[in-house]
Amino acid sequence: MNQTPKLNSFRSGPDEDGRFGIFGGRFVAETLMPLILDLQDEWNKAKTDPAFQAELADLGTHYIGRPSPLYFAERLTAELGGAKIYFKREELNHTGSHKINNCIGQILLAKRMGKTRIIAETGAGQHGVASATVAARFGLPCVVYMGATDVERQAPNVFRMKLLGAEVKPVTAGSGTLKDAMNEALRDWVTNVDSTYYLIGTAAGPHPYPELVREFQSVIGKEAREQILEAEGRLPDLVVAAVGGGSNAIGIFHPFLDDETVKMVGVEAGGKGLDGDEHCASITAGSPGVLHGNRTYLLQDRDGQIKEGHSISAGLDYPGIGPEHSWLSDVGRVEYVPIMDHEALEAFRMLTRLEGIIPALEPSHAIAEVIKRAPKMGKDEIILMNLSGRGDKDIFTVGNILGMGL
Amino acid sequence: MDKRFADLAAEGRPALVTYFMGGDPDFETSLAIMKSLPSAGSDVIELGMPFSDPMADGPAIQLAGQRALKAGQTLEKTLELARRFRADDKDTPIVLMGYYNPIYVYGVDRFIENALEAGIDGLIVVDLPPEMDDELCLPALAKGLNFIRLATPTTDDKRLPKVLENTSGFVYYVSMNGITGSALPDPSLVGGAVQRIKAHTRLPVCVGFGVKTPEHARAIGASADGVVVGTAIVNQVASSLNEEGHSTGATVPGVEALVRGLAAGVRGSRLAAAE
Ligand SMILES: Cc1ncc(COP(=O)(O)O)c(C=O)c1O
Repeated sequence: MNQTPKLNSFRSGPDEDGRFGIFGGRFVAETLMPLILDLQDEWNKAKTDPAFQAELADLGTHYIGRPSPLYFAERLTAELGGAKIYFKREELNHTGSHKINNCIGQILLAKRMGKTRIIAETGAGQHGVASATVAARFGLPCVVYMGATDVERQAPNVFRMKLLGAEVKPVTAGSGTLKDAMNEALRDWVTNVDSTYYLIGTAAGPHPYPELVREFQSVIGKEAREQILEAEGRLPDLVVAAVGGGSNAIGIFHPFLDDETVKMVGVEAGGKGLDGDEHCASITAGSPGVLHGNRTYLLQDRDGQIKEGHSISAGLDYPGIGPEHSWLSDVGRVEYVPIMDHEALEAFRMLTRLEGIIPALEPSHAIAEVIKRAPKMGKDEIILMNLSGRGDKDIFTVGNILGMGL
Repeated sequence: MDKRFADLAAEGRPALVTYFMGGDPDFETSLAIMKSLPSAGSDVIELGMPFSDPMADGPAIQLAGQRALKAGQTLEKTLELARRFRADDKDTPIVLMGYYNPIYVYGVDRFIENALEAGIDGLIVVDLPPEMDDELCLPALAKGLNFIRLATPTTDDKRLPKVLENTSGFVYYVSMNGITGSALPDPSLVGGAVQRIKAHTRLPVCVGFGVKTPEHARAIGASADGVVVGTAIVNQVASSLNEEGHSTGATVPGVEALVRGLAAGVRGSRLAAAE
């Protein structure tokens, strides 16, 4: 008899309407709807176009520096005394984080669509830098919207974007962080529909963005899966990633979702604690709502007004999360946990001293979770963590907190 | 609402549709503004529901929403505003306008029920395109609430039927690709677009985005069944506030005077067109 096909895959979403269960969808103004449908058409064609895939792979190898190494963190493993810890070194990519994977993919789409202008939103500035970089590489003008608060706390990245020829527009509306930057980018897009491509930086927004960003970031998990099989001859027991909007996390999770033995943890920003409002733990402490084109878990009040989050890391400072994560949480496939600011900071220092790697504050949240879990696991168990970015951009923030102003 | 548009068509003039933000700068003042609108010449009222993240709005309406939220406005209070207005005015159609999330969090069924009780005639929800009709549009239509859709310059002839399919009350034509508060586009282009939509529907077509003065209202009203004014009213409220952001003696009269002027513009439009 034939084998019964596996019906329950966690990797088949989204459906035609862009839904992951009740999450996702296309909640946008009518002006944008035709653009989003155009993007979907182009994406459907590009997905299966060998020429597109070849160009993507070529730029991945020669421009980004892929594949990124899988690194066994020997001293951290010894220090914690439990599971073997491997890092997927996305911080070694060109521009210093995983964000470039998505930007290269989307700018190739923009080019196919004949768009002549790129806009992007950014929090930490990593996505802004990656967008400015690919815009320079392809000779397109680029406008980056960035919350005024973030412009201040991520000054080095603002300068990098300007060097790359992008225009950085500080957004003072709201509290001047990532969600306000995203609102402003959407306002630009409805105003400049013909010329402009909106290069969203995370696996959120209206369909098809969550899907296409995931596909461009899944290179992380695909490589890591092969690399760990080669290094250890088996799959990891646990995969850990930090979650802001969720792009580096879905990128490493997705290729493992149907491997039943692989547990997964997404780490949200617990900020100063979940009791008050000073955190960004959308899944752990939020509720379902509709913002920025999709239904997902959000930080909001009883009237459906969106709250301002807080995190020590600007890249996690977003009151929502990609819709696929909301679904993966509801169906119980991935566990989501908060890590506080001070825990992330300790992890940042520990990794720097033990491994000679200065991580960004975003993946420092994932490291903190690894530090909690590894000692409780057996020495024969394996943890794979996405080291999504390097910490050069954060040394000023950390210096200030440690009382060592630079 | 259908009756209101039929009456105006018989009168031979377009409707003046006025938008203001519920709860701006505070509940009582915005109720007084609302009550002043019909006698100042407004035919249909759009009651704005404030939202923390109004992605399709320019700075003026963003700030109005922030003022309202700061003064404690909620969706429940916006419905209360409508209920209080309805106690004295049974006829002027009220359309709630805003974003989906507060409605979703309130609960769609409960919202529809309470909106009907409060005397609401229709809904405009900016971030619910026809692809999302199951969410609110179809349940609302089933209970007798109009669902008014936005059509935009990007809505081409291929897409128009989809946009119009579950639309009732009127069609809101957004005069340009952009956010509220932008500059008015060439009225002749707008006229052509209105004709294009009218070829697909028998519903009245109202035009908004960028109409700020009686002259604009007259020019746009020459080709449309209604003219929507929002940012100008919200700006009028803002400019009347004192340093602490509270209303003054000039707030309600200022809006009244502005609307009176716009109403005169609308009433002159068909004459202008005939010239
Ligand atoms: C290094 C790094 N990791 C993670 C994130 C969070 O984004 P996401 O959850 O989309 O990966 C950011 C965002 O700026 C980042 O710069």
